[in-house]
Amino acid sequence: MTAVTTGTPTPTPSVGTAHTRVEGRDKVTGAARYAGEIPFADLAHGWLVLSTVARGRIRSVETAPVLAMPGVLAVLDHRNAPRVETDYTGLMGSKPDPTCAVFQHDRVPHLGWPVALVVAETSEQAREAAEALVVHYEQQPHDVDFTGEHPDAYPLDSHMPAVTEKGDLDAELAASAVVVDAEYTTPEEHHNPMEPHAATARWDGGRLEVIDSNQGATWVVGELASLFSLDPASVRVRSEHVGGGFGSKGVRAHQVAAVMAATVLQRPVRVVLTRRQMFSLAGYRSPTTQRVRLGADADGRLRALEHRSLSLTSTVHEFIEPSAGVARVMYDADAHHTANRVVRLDVPTPTWMRAPGEAPGSFALEAALDELAEKCGIDPIDLRLRNEPDKGPVSGLPFAGRNLPACFREGARRFGWADRDPRPGLRRDGRWLLGTGTAAASFGAGAAPSTATLTAHPDGTFTVRIAAADIGTGARTALTLVAADALRVPPERVQVRIGDSDFGPAMIAGGSMGTRSWAWAVTTAAGELLDRLALGTGIPPEGITVRSDTTAAIGALAPAERHSFGAQFAEVAVDTATGEVRVRRMLGIFAAGRIVNPLTARGQFLGGMIWGISMALHEEAVRDRASGGHVGADLAGYHVATHADVPHIEADWIDDPDPRDPVGIKGIGEIGIVGAAAAIANAVWHATGVRHRSLPIRPDRVILAGAPSA
Amino acid sequence: MPSSTSSVITLKINGEKYTLPVDHRTTLLDALRERLDLTGPKKGCDQGQCGACTVLLDGRRAVACLQLAVAAEGREITTVEGLADGEQLHPVQQAFLDLDGFQCGYCTPGQICSAIGVIQEHAAGWPSAVTDDLRPEAGPPPLTADEIRERMSGNLCRCGAYVSIVEAVARAAAGTGTRTDTAPAARISPEAGTKEAVA
Amino acid sequence: MREFGYQRASDVAGAVALLGADPDARFLGGGTNLVDLMKTGVERPARLVDVRELPLDRVEMTAVGGLRIGATVTNGDLAAHPEVRRRYPALAQAVLAGASGQLRNMATVGGNLLQRTRCGYFTDVTKPCNKRVPGSGCPAVAGEHHNHAILGASDHCVAVHPSDMAVALTAFDAVVHFETANGPGELPLAEFYLPVADTPHRETALPPGALVTGITLPPAPTAANSRYRKVRERASYAFAIGSVAAALDIRDGVVRDVRLALGAVASRPWRAVEAERVLTGAPADAETYAAAADAELTAARPLPHNGYKVTLMRNLMVAVLTELAEEAAR
Repeated sequence: MTAVTTGTPTPTPSVGTAHTRVEGRDKVTGAARYAGEIPFADLAHGWLVLSTVARGRIRSVETAPVLAMPGVLAVLDHRNAPRVETDYTGLMGSKPDPTCAVFQHDRVPHLGWPVALVVAETSEQAREAAEALVVHYEQQPHDVDFTGEHPDAYPLDSHMPAVTEKGDLDAELAASAVVVDAEYTTPEEHHNPMEPHAATARWDGGRLEVIDSNQGATWVVGELASLFSLDPASVRVRSEHVGGGFGSKGVRAHQVAAVMAATVLQRPVRVVLTRRQMFSLAGYRSPTTQRVRLGADADGRLRALEHRSLSLTSTVHEFIEPSAGVARVMYDADAHHTANRVVRLDVPTPTWMRAPGEAPGSFALEAALDELAEKCGIDPIDLRLRNEPDKGPVSGLPFAGRNLPACFREGARRFGWADRDPRPGLRRDGRWLLGTGTAAASFGAGAAPSTATLTAHPDGTFTVRIAAADIGTGARTALTLVAADALRVPPERVQVRIGDSDFGPAMIAGGSMGTRSWAWAVTTAAGELLDRLALGTGIPPEGITVRSDTTAAIGALAPAERHSFGAQFAEVAVDTATGEVRVRRMLGIFAAGRIVNPLTARGQFLGGMIWGISMALHEEAVRDRASGGHVGADLAGYHVATHADVPHIEADWIDDPDPRDPVGIKGIGEIGIVGAAAAIANAVWHATGVRHRSLPIRPDRVILAGAPSA
Repeated sequence: MPSSTSSVITLKINGEKYTLPVDHRTTLLDALRERLDLTGPKKGCDQGQCGACTVLLDGRRAVACLQLAVAAEGREITTVEGLADGEQLHPVQQAFLDLDGFQCGYCTPGQICSAIGVIQEHAAGWPSAVTDDLRPEAGPPPLTADEIRERMSGNLCRCGAYVSIVEAVARAAAGTGTRTDTAPAARISPEAGTKEAVA
Repeated sequence: MREFGYQRASDVAGAVALLGADPDARFLGGGTNLVDLMKTGVERPARLVDVRELPLDRVEMTAVGGLRIGATVTNGDLAAHPEVRRRYPALAQAVLAGASGQLRNMATVGGNLLQRTRCGYFTDVTKPCNKRVPGSGCPAVAGEHHNHAILGASDHCVAVHPSDMAVALTAFDAVVHFETANGPGELPLAEFYLPVADTPHRETALPPGALVTGITLPPAPTAANSRYRKVRERASYAFAIGSVAAALDIRDGVVRDVRLALGAVASRPWRAVEAERVLTGAPADAETYAAAADAELTAARPLPHNGYKVTLMRNLMVAVLTELAEEAAR
């Protein structure tokens, strides 16, 4: 027995002070191992074979010649693969996307659908054999065309209702002094985390173990256990380091295929997606067509607001990009109508991608606000401040903090907004026209039940175990700081272990809810542990362990509109002769609750804003109508922002306390992208006088729009 | 004429010699990762389109995914694992760590190897696409933030850690005596710099 | 990728002999394009002859004041070479505008000339492509073609050549040298790349089995005042949607000599012969530049979704000529 050595009095708080990442040294030396990098004896390599038609049936798979190729161990397809169960509801509250239930039938619902897995001794052999596998299809006509009219489109509820309506829209529009009625489009966008999806599956002493790259071990364990009808306790999923996710790393075809192959072969099998395969198997953000109608009095007060969004989904699974949800939080109007509709096409199922709904929705709504400001002759910031709601425009609930005006004031001061001449097309620097723009941002601050285990060791150190995922957010470090403060010890005495489903159920890294949810569980456990230690009975060699579960506490939260807010500012340079658009500077000021680690938080905000640059100017997956598949499905064809596209941009935050909230932390992973593309598009208008309502603002679009008239 | 499709090769990696049989199809990247357990170089695209697999070949940065292992025999290969001197991190590694020049960390080994190449190429007087005056008489341009950005553009970072990566490269370059000229003038306002003094 | 044999050549004659007349063998230089194409299945060689270590890695002045550039000189070394930067700055700029630092350190001059189009249909073996599989069709004509050719294309292929370097070399009248089993040969770059016609799979006039050994650039005092401008869909590390290499010599307000070549508009680097004709001897002013650009683009045949390139190239030619004129006046 050792004396209790919690640090009293309370040391300098760790939360709020910059700390380099606890795993940082491993990441800069190459020591950090990602999912596809854990060595296994007797490892076999699986390679997925994807359909080359967009709709039809598999007539035959010519397995025999491939089985005779060097090193080939097995070919799994719909005729011989293990059966899986798909009639269940997963952690995300929905049935599984049938895309992950591979090899169960002969139907092909989109191009790039997994039709077989070839397993071989080496990855080179597996790749060659997979490329050699001949699959015959009965091809049927497909429809992948999202543009144009879709009589089959229908409203679809998701985590929010599809439609909200209050007031008489036509009447308020008719009574408005100023009306904006515009259509905005955003293209198909792909997450493209730097680490491709990878999983290694093996059976170990009766347990299924999967080393995986995912955003939540609890999530993946639950899905795999359900799919393969296993006791969840007999499945273990580990993902210590994850090379980015952005919404794409849940349960996907490769994990299921790896488990099937490991089961059939009874040896470890690794399946890694190629970059090209990710374009049809990793999910993506649906393209959107959005119509926004705003009606306002001459002073800019909104009388009418309508936001209607159309997105697409596959023929096998429903998913909706709820872009029209933004207005339900941001602005009120006497008539307030929002609707999210979806159309089913012969394409892969889209999924959550960084700020689902808010990213494309804020582009349309915040660009429309800018058009309204122009028409009213009101400064865009003033227009927004005049329309600040005092309660949730749709819910009627109070805001648990809404510090948007403070963000705008601070941002305007630092960006130099007061000196701005609102007239477009006036500023020139050599061949470049210059302009500035702004936009508002918001993102929900939710929490989901999680469990955490906390152990006090006799040597005065502590171990936190929680099935959190650090996909680059800095969660591991943040939880270390949160635990240190809760235990009143320096962070050096706390070890946080994450990414293992054996640590018990926990929220995923998603919805900007991860760190808030996990921190809640860790703080709760720390409180209980301190109570135990206060009894003064000493710590046995095995330590003292407590376990927390936040389900009840989260359920007891008073209903409120809980969100982060932000103000985005951008300056762009546009050469209308060549169509080039460059962002020259950007500033984001955010009200996002308690900031745990300023060093990594800055990176989260900046990363989101850079996604905004990328979304505004570069990203677009191009689908070929004839084949139904992509053209240029790689990182040379799908452009994400490079170093050279990103100027010195800044992100900062203002105090945003909520004394009634038990943790005070809001998520910061997504709000950085919200409004960023709109701020850039609004700046392009200010530079050129041309409204670009379709993203990305490509050179060809700028060239065709022409130069500003003198 | 028939020829073997595999060879026994000797690779010189981080100062050590490794002899191994390779399928000629095996890239240097796969040889490092799958055969030699050197998983620092990452496979982000396997097509030369992301830079995550960047290593130093004979001291110059190169993408290992498009380099056949068999064709790398006889060359000096340095991976991220070979940069630190025992516990002492390479200055570029230290700058990335201190300034948080990464998030998920997957592009990081490539960014770091590339940054070392950038600093060396710049020291050798190599111009870049944003260098105004290419004439050799003009001498090497200051390694400004714009120069760093252009030279580092072969390394994608999807997390968007670009701002702090550029800061890290500038700090490491300044440590070698390079004129960097990443002056605070680039700041949006004087007080905006305060939060950047972290770490 | 299918299995293949690998041999390393140590001299030029040996390399040519190793390749022989084997249609399934390829020379391997830096590998930045070939290895990628092998991974995607576009190229399936049975044998590679590695020529990277051949003694062709020098950039030297020629007796008449031009440059001879070895085929295995890397793109990085070429762009950094003092004589290239001094005498042919547009060539250094073009090389620096291409790919990334890593790729430029690997890619060779010979390989750069011989790189294949990045058309998304060509690089995807599940789709038809006349360049890859003659007679299979060109889906780009009715499909995705916003970065395809506006000049010199045919119904059989509308892909563009991806090289930046070759655009500058075309402007400077480069000559390509090669070695065959029957001895050496040479081709002016203007004749090196074949017109598309109905044979888009035949890209160069190189004899079968020939090894590119180098390039010579004739002396060109005009080239000292030259520039390469590239427009692309992001600021770096992307292929051009349009580019211009130009050199301009103005005396007493009159264009005395001009070199103009366009990139990303055709299956090969496009020498703007018509524009040069209009410019030569004409007053060096905006009107002339616009007339020259228009003269060149009269032949443009844009597709439904790449018409912007006509405007882009007109604007780009005028802009680059104007910049060069201003620079010369300083």
